[in-house]
Amino acid sequence: MNLTLYVWRQKNRSDNGRMVKYDAANVSSDMSFLEMLDVVNEQLEAKGEDPIAFDHDCREGICGMCSLVINGLPHGGQKGTTTCQLHMRHFEDGDTIYIEPWRARAFPVLKDLIVDRDAFDRIMQAGGFVSVNAGGAPDGNAVPIPKDSAELAMDAASCIGCGACVASCKNASAMLFVAAKVGHLANLPQGEVEMDTRVRNMVAQMQEEGFGGCTNQYECEAVCPKEISANFIGWMNRSYLKTTVRTPYQSKAGGE
Amino acid sequence: MILDAKIPSGPIEQKWENHKFNLKLVNPANKRKFSVIVVGTGLAGGSAASSLAELGYNVTAFCFQDSPRRAHSIAAQGGINAAKNYQNDGDSVYRLFYDTIKGGDFRAREANVYRLAEVSTNIIDQCVAQGVPFAREYGGQLANRSFGGAQVSRTFYARGQTGQQLLLGAYQSLARQIGLGNVTMYPRTEMLDLVLVDGHAKGIVVRDLVTGQIISHSADAVVLATGGYGNVFFLSTNAKGCNVTATYRAYKRGALFANPCFTQIHPTCIPVSGDYQSKLTLMSESLRNDGRVWVPKQKGDKRTPDQILESERDYYLERKYPSYGNLAPRDISSRAAKEVCDEGRGVGETGLGVYLDFADAINRVGEKVVAERYGNLFDMYERITGENPYKLPMRIFPAVHYTMGGLWVDYNLESTIPGLFVLGEANFSDHGANRLGASALMQGLADGYFIIPYTIGDYFARTGAKKPSTDHAEFKKVESEINDKTNRMLGIKGKRTVDSFHRELGKIMWDNCGMARNEASLKKGIARIPELRDEFWKNVNIPGSGGELNQTLERAGRVADFLEFAELMCHDALTRNESCGGHFRTEYQTEDGEAKRDDANYCYGSCWEYKGVGQSPVMHKEPLAFENVHLTQRSYK
Repeated sequence: MNLTLYVWRQKNRSDNGRMVKYDAANVSSDMSFLEMLDVVNEQLEAKGEDPIAFDHDCREGICGMCSLVINGLPHGGQKGTTTCQLHMRHFEDGDTIYIEPWRARAFPVLKDLIVDRDAFDRIMQAGGFVSVNAGGAPDGNAVPIPKDSAELAMDAASCIGCGACVASCKNASAMLFVAAKVGHLANLPQGEVEMDTRVRNMVAQMQEEGFGGCTNQYECEAVCPKEISANFIGWMNRSYLKTTVRTPYQSKAGGE
Repeated sequence: MILDAKIPSGPIEQKWENHKFNLKLVNPANKRKFSVIVVGTGLAGGSAASSLAELGYNVTAFCFQDSPRRAHSIAAQGGINAAKNYQNDGDSVYRLFYDTIKGGDFRAREANVYRLAEVSTNIIDQCVAQGVPFAREYGGQLANRSFGGAQVSRTFYARGQTGQQLLLGAYQSLARQIGLGNVTMYPRTEMLDLVLVDGHAKGIVVRDLVTGQIISHSADAVVLATGGYGNVFFLSTNAKGCNVTATYRAYKRGALFANPCFTQIHPTCIPVSGDYQSKLTLMSESLRNDGRVWVPKQKGDKRTPDQILESERDYYLERKYPSYGNLAPRDISSRAAKEVCDEGRGVGETGLGVYLDFADAINRVGEKVVAERYGNLFDMYERITGENPYKLPMRIFPAVHYTMGGLWVDYNLESTIPGLFVLGEANFSDHGANRLGASALMQGLADGYFIIPYTIGDYFARTGAKKPSTDHAEFKKVESEINDKTNRMLGIKGKRTVDSFHRELGKIMWDNCGMARNEASLKKGIARIPELRDEFWKNVNIPGSGGELNQTLERAGRVADFLEFAELMCHDALTRNESCGGHFRTEYQTEDGEAKRDDANYCYGSCWEYKGVGQSPVMHKEPLAFENVHLTQRSYK
């Protein structure tokens, strides 16, 4: 099939950027979306032109590195699918495809379709962990964990940190990303201990990074390639509320 | 050069315990005076960086991805082995040790493998404590499944995303240490060379992939956890960014590279569909627990699978290996698939595929249970191929997956360059000539959480804090070499793209140094690779400059190193006149086509010393002594 692409080109962080038109000829329906871009890039390189820069690595939908807003939808709108796993059989000959980077103040564009997602790492550093050092852990079966809790934790833990939730949200909110980590750890006894500080610190960092608030539109859930439920957001909000009630009572030793 | 593996004396069960006691310690107040560079943030690097920081060392960590959470360990699907014997099915540390030695076709070092089996149990405990959501039974206990090359169920898993969950555990520990200020993290930064001062590894030179700046970093020791080199074949199950540059640069600076020809071809991957193909996708080996592998008995049978009667099918793994059946180890299953395809019995458009059929399992336990076990893998298969594996058998074919070879390390995981430690897939130590499923995750985390924290302290205690300044002449020299090389590459402005060279190199390697090799093919590879390398340096075209985000330049640097490294692999394969594990020389096989080892002459690790581009490398041998396991012909029949 033959396609017309409009791709966001931006030299660097300070460049203004613009949509540029490209033709993609002889695209096979078995190609992945990124393989289609590879072919376009090889043609550009052969002409000595600057190829289109885009993030990608594992190309099997798990590393979370690939992004791209395709025809207005993060990861192209195929249910439960990352851009690297989107295949061209879902497009038709003669289609025009618009390809843009994630758009959010907290995700500045570095070049073309590549954005800086360090803000997510900083949110994780604020509390997305269990404070346990290597060595000295009790036997793995010492604390039984109900299968349902483990499964629920796993549902949340399957977040790949791609940022599609932010890109789809009109407020550029990172609530689904944060709620997924809070929900993962709070559903396991190991993570319960630090639940209060975790949710407070992660939410504070999220706000500091410039992500917007949640207004319950559920666009995030709709585009999430791992289909993480927006219920985790409600759950996190309740946890957050509880910690604000609990915090006035602290031991003299202080906390955190 | 005499290779001293520093294997502790004493019975195998006590070696590690004794060794830990004999290792020198750095007292807690002095640890902050030492700094460590960790390159790579996968299971090995991520766990090493966080564990070393927890101890109080100053850690600087690097990864080329935009976040440490993206390292390719994340793609491991099936599970992680540990000798917990939770299933009461006869497992033990000794059995895991034995299975791993045997699975590696008796080409790994006993002491290292025993230690790996020993600490495997701590890994599970550690990961549970971090909040890794392993699969559970209804009673709340950890669940297990079985995997290739083992007759016990010792594999722990988190759906089909075990690597992801273990990596996130390590990443979260690392994030905590970054937040505490104990680790300085440099994402989007690629190591381009190693710097030695007075013969010790004291730093690295990197390229900031966003600004293009070339920058030096110094430390008291350097840890490489940079993964394997499977992408030398262009098509592999590795992530697109995986490369050999860090370990190859260390090799060029004097570290020995061991057993580079030991590459693992994974039997269950989605077959190639066209020339544009950019990578191959693995379907977890765990699928072989319930899937049955078959091809038609008749050659060139073009009927659809549902039209082929049960009596017309050849379940060749069950036929040839009745006791292990569909769970025969990876090297054996891959070769068996190649064999039936070579006979003209392969399936699919290209004839390069075999069926992996779940019809029996669906009849036995129902579609719901099968979906629970493998749902995400089935979905992934359907997304890629457009076929529904609940209705049609999957088509699979072997693909390059893992590299057992790597930088030579001693029992302390230290390379032949003092102060350079190598962990995970990047080293050669534990898997011999073939790795068993669910053992890569085990090794990466064993190295990072439970081995390097002990052994690196001994190096520091013996040598003292000697971190040089990055103004040192050695750093300036390496920086200018890198700048010269980059400018030379950018100045070629030839006619061919970087990927076209990489694809061609991959084809040369697959044809001549792939699943089956022989003297003639390897000699052909050795002749052809330098020609392609010369053409690369005359005719490659890299648009843009070095002072900006330039993905073509990144790839070009990696391909340039693959073009040298590939030759080393062929040399290694050519000098090993036997078949073992993933190294199958067609001249050396038993009457029924199995790998024929030659223990009398080849029971050693081949460790290669760099002598210059285009020069033949020099081999040093590490003899392998088997004091506990009796050498036998590996049989899974």
